[in-house]
Amino acid sequence: MNSKNFLTDSQLPFCKGCGHALVAKNTEKALQKLNVDPLDVVLVTDIGCHGIVDKSFLTHTVHGLHGRSSALAAGIAAGLNNPGKKVIVFTGDGGATIGMQHLIGGAHLGFDMTVVVHNNMLYGMTGGQPSEFTPCGFKTPTLPEGSSKEGYDICELMVAAGASYVERVIGIGDYSDSLAKAFSSSGFSLVEVMEICPSYGVKSNPGIKLSQVVENAGWNVKVFADGKGHSFKKPLKENTESLISEKLEIKPKYQSEIKKPVSILISGSAGEGVQSAAEFLAKAGILSGLNTTKKGSYPVTVGVGFSASDVILSPKPILFTGSTNPDILVITSADGLNFARNTAAKMTSGKLYIDDSLDVPETGAQVIRVPFREKLGARTSSLYAVFYIVHHEKLFPIDAMKEVFLSNKISKKVSIESLLQF
Amino acid sequence: MHDNKKNLAFIDGSRLITEALVRAGADTFVGYPITPANLLYLYATKRFPTMLAAPDEITTLQWMSGFAISGHVPVTATSFPGYALMVESIGMAAMMELPMVIILVQRLGPATGTATRGAQGDLNVVFGTMSGGYSLPTFSISNYHDCWEVSAKAVHTAIELRTPVVLLTSKEMVMTQQSFDWSDLPEIAPKKVKQFEGEGQYFPYKADESLVSDFLPVSQNKHQVRITASTHDTRGILQNSTPEAINNTKRLEEKVNKHLDSYTLYDFDEQEGAETLVVSWDISSLASREAVVELRNKGKMVSLLIAKTLLPIPKVYIDIIQRYKKVVVVEENLKGQFRQLLFGAAGREGVTGVNGIAKMINPSEIVEEVMRYE
Ligand code: SF4
Repeated sequence: MNSKNFLTDSQLPFCKGCGHALVAKNTEKALQKLNVDPLDVVLVTDIGCHGIVDKSFLTHTVHGLHGRSSALAAGIAAGLNNPGKKVIVFTGDGGATIGMQHLIGGAHLGFDMTVVVHNNMLYGMTGGQPSEFTPCGFKTPTLPEGSSKEGYDICELMVAAGASYVERVIGIGDYSDSLAKAFSSSGFSLVEVMEICPSYGVKSNPGIKLSQVVENAGWNVKVFADGKGHSFKKPLKENTESLISEKLEIKPKYQSEIKKPVSILISGSAGEGVQSAAEFLAKAGILSGLNTTKKGSYPVTVGVGFSASDVILSPKPILFTGSTNPDILVITSADGLNFARNTAAKMTSGKLYIDDSLDVPETGAQVIRVPFREKLGARTSSLYAVFYIVHHEKLFPIDAMKEVFLSNKISKKVSIESLLQF
Repeated sequence: MHDNKKNLAFIDGSRLITEALVRAGADTFVGYPITPANLLYLYATKRFPTMLAAPDEITTLQWMSGFAISGHVPVTATSFPGYALMVESIGMAAMMELPMVIILVQRLGPATGTATRGAQGDLNVVFGTMSGGYSLPTFSISNYHDCWEVSAKAVHTAIELRTPVVLLTSKEMVMTQQSFDWSDLPEIAPKKVKQFEGEGQYFPYKADESLVSDFLPVSQNKHQVRITASTHDTRGILQNSTPEAINNTKRLEEKVNKHLDSYTLYDFDEQEGAETLVVSWDISSLASREAVVELRNKGKMVSLLIAKTLLPIPKVYIDIIQRYKKVVVVEENLKGQFRQLLFGAAGREGVTGVNGIAKMINPSEIVEEVMRYE
C-alpha cells in the first residue's frame, strides 16, 4: 500500500463517536488501496455535519448546497469527462432526501461518480428532524413519538434507477474495501453507510443498537449491484457549423412597388399552415427587396385552437415589430375569426379578406369574401390566402411567392398551379 | 432593391444569440426547455460543442456549476418559472465565482402566467436574486444587433469577472423572425478563463487589485483547488465571519462594481436642446426608437437612452437622466421596475412611465405620453 495522505493530521470536525469520522478515514484508506493521486479526486460535499469535513481533505474539494451535491458532482464528472478522475460525493440522508431526483437521475445517466450516503436517519446539523430515511419507530428530537412510516431503501432505489455499484454497510470498523469497489466501478455507484448520530439519535433512542435498527427496518446489509454499469459519455461535437451561413441567404431579385409599410395579420387554425404561410409571405417580401418581420401568436397548446401571424412588409427599415391595426386582415377559419374579432372591430380602414363560409364580423374595413377553405382544402387555406392577397394587393411580384414556395418541400404535395387560381 | 453585398436572411433573435455566445467562448449549454426560451435550447443542440438536456432547472444550474468548476463556460436559457428554481444555485455559483450565462426570456407572469406572451417583468427578480443584495451583472437586448454584441459581452464579462451573468430578453425578441443583414456584425473574439500559473500554493479566492482571483479547474494535478458556497477565506475554507472571509464576501460586490465601466453598454441618442428624455430597455426599446423618430418628425425635441447594461446601474445613466426635466421610462410591466431602480419609490418630479402588460407597448403610447407634458 502506498503512503499518500488524503487527510490532514488535524482532528476531524465531528462530535465524539460520530460515524462520519470513520467514513472519512475509510475513504482515505480506500483511495490509498487504489493508489490514486489525491488531486485526481474531487470530493463534493453537501450541507450537513459531514460537509465540514472538506477542510480536512487534501483532494480537490467542492462544497455546495443542501441536497444538490449529487447534481453538482454530476456536472463536474461530465465536465471532466475522464473516468480516471474520482468524483466522490458525501451527503447525509437529509441531503439525499432533498436531492432524490439528482440521485435517481445520476444513477440513470451513469455519471462517473460515487455517492457516499452518511445515513444517520435524521438531519443532524439542523437539530435532528426526521428525514425520508428515518425508519419506523425511530425517534428524533422533533418526532419524539417515533416515525410512523418506513424510510426509503435508497439501495433498492438506486438499483432500480440503473446504478452500477450499490452497497449498504454498517458504518463501524473497516469498510474501505466496499468504498474502494465503488470508487473503482465505472459509472454511478453508491454506498450507504449506516450510522447513529450520538448527539440526537442516541439521545432520542437511549440504549439503541445500530445493527438492530437496521435489521428491524428490514434493510439488507449487502452488495445490491456490482455489475459493470454504463458510464456517461459527454456528447461532444467538435467544429459545429455556424448558425449564420450562406445557406440562409436570400438575395433580392424582384422589386416591390409598395411605398409604405403594410402590416398583415393572418388568423386561422392550428394545423392549417398559418405560420408557414406567413413565413413564405415574409421571405418572398425579402426576395422582392422589402424589409419584413413575422411573429406568431398561438395558445400554449400549439396543436389546437387559433394560430395567428403578424407580418410587416416595408420598404423602410422596421424598428417596431409589434402589431398595430393591420392594413390587411386575413381570416381563414372559425378559430381565426374568434381570435381576430376584436382586431376586425377596431379597423376603420384597410381590408378584411375572410373565408366565405364565415360570418362577417363587425368592422370598418372593406370586406372581401373568398372561398379559401373550399379551394384547396382547410389545411392549405392559409397558403392559398397569402398567394391570393399578394396577387390582389400587388404587394410584390407573384413570382417571388412561387420561388419561395418551390424551394420548400410542401411544393411536392401542393401544386403551384392550384395556388395560382385567383 | 437591397445592395447585393449584403448578407440578408430571415432569422430570429435566438439564432443570433446562440451563435454569438459560442463565438465569444461559451462551450456548454445545459437546459430544460421552457417557452419562450425553446428556440435557444434547440439552436444550442446544433451549435454548442456540448449540450445536455437536464431534467429540471435546479439540476441545470448545478450541472452548469460542475462544468464551470471543471473549466468550461456554460450557458442556459429559461423563463421566470425556471429562473425562480435556479435562484439558490445562482447564488452558489456567484459565491463560488463561476463564469456562466443565464438567459432569462421574460414572459407574462405572475407564476406560470402566459408562456406565449412577452413581458419585462423580471428585472426586480434578477435584482433581488442574491441574499445580501449582491449584484449580478445583467444585460438586456434591445434589437437584433444586441443579440450579437450584448450576448458576446455577457460571455466575456462572465469570464473576465468569474461570475454568473444574466442576459434578459423577451419572447418577442427571441421568437420574432425578421429580415436581417449580418454583413456588418463585428467579429467576436473568443475569451478564455484566466488561469493561475504560479508555483506556490494556489489560493482560489485571493485576488490582486483587479479583485478577480485566478482560476484553476479541478482537472489539473498541480494545485489543490477548494471551492465553496459558504462564507470562506482565500483558501476556500469555510469560515464563520473572520475578517478575511468577510472581506472576501465584500469583494464579490466590489469586483462587479469596479469593472462596471468596462461592461456598460447603452445607446444614447441625444438631441441638443431637448428637455425630455425617453428611457427604455429590452423589447420596448423597439417602440421607443420608433416613437422618438415620430416625435422629432412632429418637431418635438427629445433624447433617447437605451440601457443595455441594467445591473449594477451604471452611473452614466444617472448623469444623463439628471440633465433632463422630463423623463419617460418605457417598459412592459405595470409598476415600472427600471424606473423604480433609477428613481426609487418616491420618484422625482417630471418622471413618468409608459407601462403595460400582455401586449407590446406601441410607439403611439410613448408619443402620447411625451406630448402630454406640453
Ligand atoms: S451532530 Fe450528530 S451527525 Fe453531526 S457531527 Fe455530531 S454526532 Fe455527527
